[in-house]
Amino acid sequence: MPEGALCNKQPVDTEEQLKALLADKGGQTYYEEMKHLDVDVEMLRQTLGKSLKSRLRTWLSMCARCGMCADSCFFYRINDRDPKQVPAYKIQSTLGEIVRKNGKVDNAFMHMAMETAWAKCTCCNRCAMYCPHGIDVGVMISYLRGLLYQQGFVPWEMKVGAGMHRVYRAQMDVTPEDFVDTFEWMVEEYEEDYPGLNVPVDKDDADILYTVNAREVKHYPEDLAEAAILFNIAGENWTVPSKGWELTSLAMFAGDWEACRLQVESVYDAMERLKPKRMVGTECGHAHRATVVEGPYWAGRSDGLPPVKSIHYVEWVAEALRTGNLKIDPEKRIKEPVTIQDSCNYIRNHGLRDVTREIMSYIAEPGYFIDMTPNGEHNYCCGGGGGFNGIGLYRPQRNKALITKRDQIMQTGASLVIAPCHNCWDAIRDLEEEYQIGIRWSFLKPLLIDMVIVPEHMKPKE
Amino acid sequence: MHAFLTGPMFYISIAVLVIGLLVRVVRYVRGLDWKLDRVAYRAHRKAGIKGAARSIFKWLVPFGTRSWRVQPVMTVVFFVFHIGVLAVPLFLLAHNMFLEEKLGFSFFTLPAPAAEILSWAVLAAALVLVLRRIALPEVRILTTFHDYFILALTAAPFVTGLICRYDPANYDFWLLVHIAAGELLLILIPFTKLSHVVTFFLSRAQIGMDFGIKRGGMKGKGMAW
Repeated sequence: MPEGALCNKQPVDTEEQLKALLADKGGQTYYEEMKHLDVDVEMLRQTLGKSLKSRLRTWLSMCARCGMCADSCFFYRINDRDPKQVPAYKIQSTLGEIVRKNGKVDNAFMHMAMETAWAKCTCCNRCAMYCPHGIDVGVMISYLRGLLYQQGFVPWEMKVGAGMHRVYRAQMDVTPEDFVDTFEWMVEEYEEDYPGLNVPVDKDDADILYTVNAREVKHYPEDLAEAAILFNIAGENWTVPSKGWELTSLAMFAGDWEACRLQVESVYDAMERLKPKRMVGTECGHAHRATVVEGPYWAGRSDGLPPVKSIHYVEWVAEALRTGNLKIDPEKRIKEPVTIQDSCNYIRNHGLRDVTREIMSYIAEPGYFIDMTPNGEHNYCCGGGGGFNGIGLYRPQRNKALITKRDQIMQTGASLVIAPCHNCWDAIRDLEEEYQIGIRWSFLKPLLIDMVIVPEHMKPKE
Repeated sequence: MHAFLTGPMFYISIAVLVIGLLVRVVRYVRGLDWKLDRVAYRAHRKAGIKGAARSIFKWLVPFGTRSWRVQPVMTVVFFVFHIGVLAVPLFLLAHNMFLEEKLGFSFFTLPAPAAEILSWAVLAAALVLVLRRIALPEVRILTTFHDYFILALTAAPFVTGLICRYDPANYDFWLLVHIAAGELLLILIPFTKLSHVVTFFLSRAQIGMDFGIKRGGMKGKGMAW
């Protein structure tokens, strides 16, 4: 059987297809069908011919096989230094083989490649910093994911996620109405505590266009209210778009480049429609990378930039604290050992190292912030990046992958871990659940709400 | 034989080396694609040049990057090997005299004892690199025949050169072997992984531009290599 009903080479483009796929809980039938899925060698060759150029080809062929990337990879370190977890090996044994065999690979090979691409690499790009030749295996694994996706060899949740973006322009089945209703409802809930709190929807020419993660709408709606409260306290002229509010891209994790383009264009359309001065995205690492760092290229923007200046939430927070738009009550600063988990997607892929440390200098009592070792651009992945958190099939591998971060956190002695990234936040929650090291974890927003000085006009009248 | 190897064959070797490497460079640069690589090379030339320069420079300095610092043994072996492999052939007195005669120019000359020590150091480092490939599982799994081949190819002129240095009975024979080994090396550089004499700079420049333009170079203080 070449193509399955659920597991096939066709992307999910309609709500019906999506529902059928979702009805197959955990992808049992889907993975069963995958065992019989054929490889379209001709299509693989054509894709390689069109998209495997100088940079990737040179990376593959010039690799000196020196192994200096081994220790940079947290998978290698926590899996008893298994040589099969060396980044160079992982890419040479998959993409390298596909190229050497000119696409003539079979179903078993594709299964191995799928596990390598999604369960042995989170595309954290750390190895790129340790290779003398500057080879970025994370970038190549991401490219490999694209090939695998095209052939239908993609974990069930990734196929679902990419389908969500195609159907809803969001990573979950959240419609524009759901988004606006939820945001307005949450703001109403908090209006009593913060008189005058509101959420301006589709306001033209605002200073800030705020975009979110669909998870917040669906599972953590307080986050929306918190964002509104902080923008209001800071006196920002802000708005949210009724369409194009989704910052994330599971399509990027899935390797569905077409869905990536569709998704990011919906956000850019909102920018062009509402003409804000700039965009601020929520506390999410991959979403920032997708919409701000990679997105312009998917949308074919030759300057490599989104239509308006776009920043991560941590950049907005640092700026608001610096300018005094948000003032912290010194009494309420964090007075317990605290550390920060920087997302690979903004620290290594967008240079925000100093920004989060600046925030810590405002919100933690001096002496209480302890950086992890290593940190900054050299920080390790939380263990759940690149879609890893969400893939049921690879849950045991993911749980093991959390060990690096667990040990890094324990080394700091911190009891509170700040994670301005949904993926990191999840991974740290899960590592606490799995290993119980006695930590709390938080986004920045709830912490800020607790310590920020509320101006008189926003205090409830008794 | 001597006349052939030091005459036509020498010019052929140099020509193959230079043209071969030029072709490599041109093909690499022409194959770069802002959309596929997702790096806006043209739009941010200045940030790109800055990122490329940092990316190359930091890695050329021993212990200049965290990667070099966390693997000090490899770093020492690596730099000794590369410095020797470049310095001895270019700055040996006999080579300079030969260059002067054939091409009309010459480089600075290394003192003979320094060249001798460096040559031995290159061989010692090459040996360590071989042992490393055999001993370390994370390197062994990656190693292919090609990796040993290019090490042997690179070491051969040093082995034969040192033999000549100690003035053996059959000096003329060993000199011919030495010249042949050197020319074979020059000819094969563009066609093997030894082409990294240029692709190292190209690849480092490219990733430097990537980080310099797209991945934070225009935000922070530049990648902390």
